[in-house]
Amino acid sequence: MAEPFSFELVSPEKLLLSDDVTMVVVPGAEGDFGVLVGHAPLISSLRPGVIDTYNGDKVEKRIFVAGGFAEVTAERCTVLAEEAVPVEDIDASAAEERIKAANEAISEADKDTARNAAETELAVAEAMLVAGRGN
Amino acid sequence: MPSLKDLRMRIDSVKSTQKITSAMKMVAAAKLRRAQEQAEAARPYAERMERMLGSLASSMTSNEGASPLLAGTGKQDMHLLVIMTSDRGLCGAFNSSIVREARKMISELQADGKDVKILCVGRKGWAQLRRDYASVIVDLIEDVGRQRLGFDDAQGVANRVLEMFEAGEFDVCTLVYNTFQSAISQIVTRQQLIPFAVDEVEAAMDEESAAVVYDYEPDETEILDVLLPRNMSVQVFRSLLENNASEHGARMSAMDNATRNAGEMIDSLTLNYNRTRQAFITKELIEIISGAEAV
Repeated sequence: MAEPFSFELVSPEKLLLSDDVTMVVVPGAEGDFGVLVGHAPLISSLRPGVIDTYNGDKVEKRIFVAGGFAEVTAERCTVLAEEAVPVEDIDASAAEERIKAANEAISEADKDTARNAAETELAVAEAMLVAGRGN
Repeated sequence: MPSLKDLRMRIDSVKSTQKITSAMKMVAAAKLRRAQEQAEAARPYAERMERMLGSLASSMTSNEGASPLLAGTGKQDMHLLVIMTSDRGLCGAFNSSIVREARKMISELQADGKDVKILCVGRKGWAQLRRDYASVIVDLIEDVGRQRLGFDDAQGVANRVLEMFEAGEFDVCTLVYNTFQSAISQIVTRQQLIPFAVDEVEAAMDEESAAVVYDYEPDETEILDVLLPRNMSVQVFRSLLENNASEHGARMSAMDNATRNAGEMIDSLTLNYNRTRQAFITKELIEIISGAEAV
């Protein structure tokens, strides 16, 4: 069995999770990647998706993140998340509401910045819905 | 000479004022504790963000093609000051010390021939500054974190600043706020937000973490492009939290003083009241006795 290492999930408002895990799967901007102990140092941005933490062979926690950054070194993995929700707490109807609101914002946006923000929001909400469906 | 009834009324009014100030003190103390906890909880994110930025910045060998958020616009002509104050008064010298610092800074900059713009966060600073600087105040953002200060509030402020920066409205952005030291001491702080001062971060990093060479996914510039605006929000959030804690600390000590002063005032009024009462009784007795003697 792989050795455990420390994994931290931090949001701007507080430290959400600090735990010893044997493997983490992180939704990187260029594809999901798994982190085991002794991973090469890496900094990656994240796309909206689900972080899986493993203890032994089984999945311990599944957490949806709306984006952020991950910093990996040989002995730890730190994720700076913008918004994090445990997968089992995702409310599908709330996510659908958000998709609707984001779609409206896109059609109403008159500036590029506003449209980009709304499109990001839409991507987040859609990923959230998909993650929630896996329950 | 005030009558006994006047004195009684004054004592009552000071007593009810004292009740209000001591209640406000209690509320401020509770809010201060919450604000401190919040500031504490926000620290890990800021620390890790700083570590990441530090290693990114040290791996960027040249400044070429770097985001203007990091490298600046190449000019220093237009300054934006973000003045963070509270929405409500009755907190001692909290707001006026920030405004004093802001005025000093504005006159320094103007003496150097720079242009200044002001973005006010919080009504109190705006009310004081608008008399002299109405023409340079860009906007007022009020009711920040009225219920509970969240990251969204900070992001709103940061986005506003970013929008202005992208529209080329200023070159350098500085935050002015109070750093929380203790309930009785807050330190007015200036912090440069744009261009981001990397040197300080690098200096703060220990050698061990600086020695690690990271892989980047996607590449450095792309991560920096996302990380820098993000970092701005974090900085704004941190200063809002500091300011929030300072405000409650300042209010707590101001209200503590007020409660004590009211106590002293009640004591001296009560003394006065009792003296007057005694004098009144003595006078009445003399009148009765001399009336009896005359008969």
